[in-house]
Amino acid sequence: MTDVRDEPLVLGIETSCDETGVGIVRGTTLLADAVASSVDEHARFGGVVPEVASRAHLEAMVPTIDRALKEAGVSARDLDGIAVTAGPGLAGALLVGVSAAKAYAYALGKPLYGVNHLASHICVDQLEHGALPEPTMALLVSGGHSSLLLSTDITSDVRPLGATIDDAAGEAFDKIARVLNLGFPGGPVIDRYAREGDPEAIAFPRGLTGPRDPAYDFSFSGLKTSVARWIEAKRAAGEEVPVRDVSASFQEAVVDVLTRKAVRACKDEGVDHLMIGGGVAANSRLRALAQERCETAGIRLRVPRPKLCTDNGAMVAALGAEMVARGRPASSWDLSADSSLPVTDPHVPGTEHSHDHVHEVSKENLYS
Amino acid sequence: MLLLALDTATPAVTVALHDGTDVIASSSQVDARRHGELLLPAVDRVLAEAGLKLDAVTGVVVGIGPGPYTGLRVGLMTADTFGLALGVPVHGVCTLDGLAYAADIEAGPFVVATDARRKEVYWARYADSRTRLTDPAVDRPADIADQVAGLPAVGAGALLYPDTFPGAHQPEHVSAAALAALAAEKLAAGEELPAPRPLYLRRPDAQVPKNYKVVTPK
Ligand SMILES: [Zn+2]
Repeated sequence: MTDVRDEPLVLGIETSCDETGVGIVRGTTLLADAVASSVDEHARFGGVVPEVASRAHLEAMVPTIDRALKEAGVSARDLDGIAVTAGPGLAGALLVGVSAAKAYAYALGKPLYGVNHLASHICVDQLEHGALPEPTMALLVSGGHSSLLLSTDITSDVRPLGATIDDAAGEAFDKIARVLNLGFPGGPVIDRYAREGDPEAIAFPRGLTGPRDPAYDFSFSGLKTSVARWIEAKRAAGEEVPVRDVSASFQEAVVDVLTRKAVRACKDEGVDHLMIGGGVAANSRLRALAQERCETAGIRLRVPRPKLCTDNGAMVAALGAEMVARGRPASSWDLSADSSLPVTDPHVPGTEHSHDHVHEVSKENLYS
Repeated sequence: MLLLALDTATPAVTVALHDGTDVIASSSQVDARRHGELLLPAVDRVLAEAGLKLDAVTGVVVGIGPGPYTGLRVGLMTADTFGLALGVPVHGVCTLDGLAYAADIEAGPFVVATDARRKEVYWARYADSRTRLTDPAVDRPADIADQVAGLPAVGAGALLYPDTFPGAHQPEHVSAAALAALAAEKLAAGEELPAPRPLYLRRPDAQVPKNYKVVTPK
């Protein structure tokens, strides 16, 4: 057995949306997960306002780094690398995190790893359930993404099998919560009401589940419209809207399609592990139905605890640590934020020249 | 004293090192869309030119704007994080003050104006290169024509709107060299510099939604 002290100690920075996340991991061990959220500032706008998020990231970054270091009980000089979400995400928000990570890595004389937000959502499960099986099937569902991804090596090979063709799953939750006047964000509140409702009360449509539809793509726009119309019809008729039943039936339609397609993808590809991540993975019904269907299909389900499913810095650190462990090249100092970084790029390696340069710097650690 | 100064509040990505007496190395590149990519390599280059390492720096000076937000934050976040990692103070300097200093005008008054986009300018009035008379503001050039009439003006915002600023001249963008020299002078005089917090001057564009859009066909 290797000494855990030999495992890479990495600090990860995440600013792709409205959470300023700074996490610290040693290999696959979580040491700190500090998050400052600006969600309250966005609530009255009914969605994330990019400029509000970017301003909040700038304010929160240094205190959140400080907090993570204290929580982990490590010194910055002992870090083996700094990882940061290079994309995808909100351009201005990403740029704040990338600027901080570059300055921190440069000042400490550490290598910098610009990594993919989606691959990080998958890799975070290593902190919960140990090394990822290879291959792993991953269902990523949040306010910004809904994807089925197959990975044989999280540092180098992530293949998209399917994605939403319109709204993300989390977006549908937000919109239905708005129609029901339940506020923002919609996921947790709908989950809560749904627990007291009947998921079979109303038969809402399951998008893209016809025999000729793409097997792994998702669509939630039609469902959203259908639910809104149903509610409006009730209101027009002067009847009370059964919020609990609507929540439960809507939620059931979403998680039914998500789990059905994910399990099918596992079977088709001969993969016996399913990982679920992203903010919607905190949904209690999604977790329960996935568990049930995976058991029936003989698939091992891996879902991290809710706090690791939503955006956080630990997931970025987890992928960064894996990059270090597998000897992947560091990023260069001209790393840019890429709001549409393809999911097939788990990280953004530097050019050969600047890679050498990173090594040069890391040998001359300021504090050594 | 070794100050590292940087500014990303205008289209210029500009970095300088100042030893308390002189600017010993500097770099300025104009590219309004690549602040994030250009800044760190510029810091690295300037340090290499001076034959120094970042840990020799005793203080960081950063332009706090006003300026287009996305670029402005690159400089501030970088400065803040250097301060954290090195354990040195981070000083803010109003970017317009840096331009005024570089304009080197002994007897004013004059105006500094930078491009605020959306047909507006960030601007302030100065008595001389070291003395600002008004708080930085953001306005349409036509709306401030009376306040700047007959005054010489510097900065890209002035050069962009000759109808309002007929006396516009160089410098166009701020230089970190000027920022550093100004900060060094003020610090030597025992003056306190502002905190490294951004001068946004505008609220974020965000509408509180009125109500959701009804989807039932009429
Ligand atoms: Zn996410």
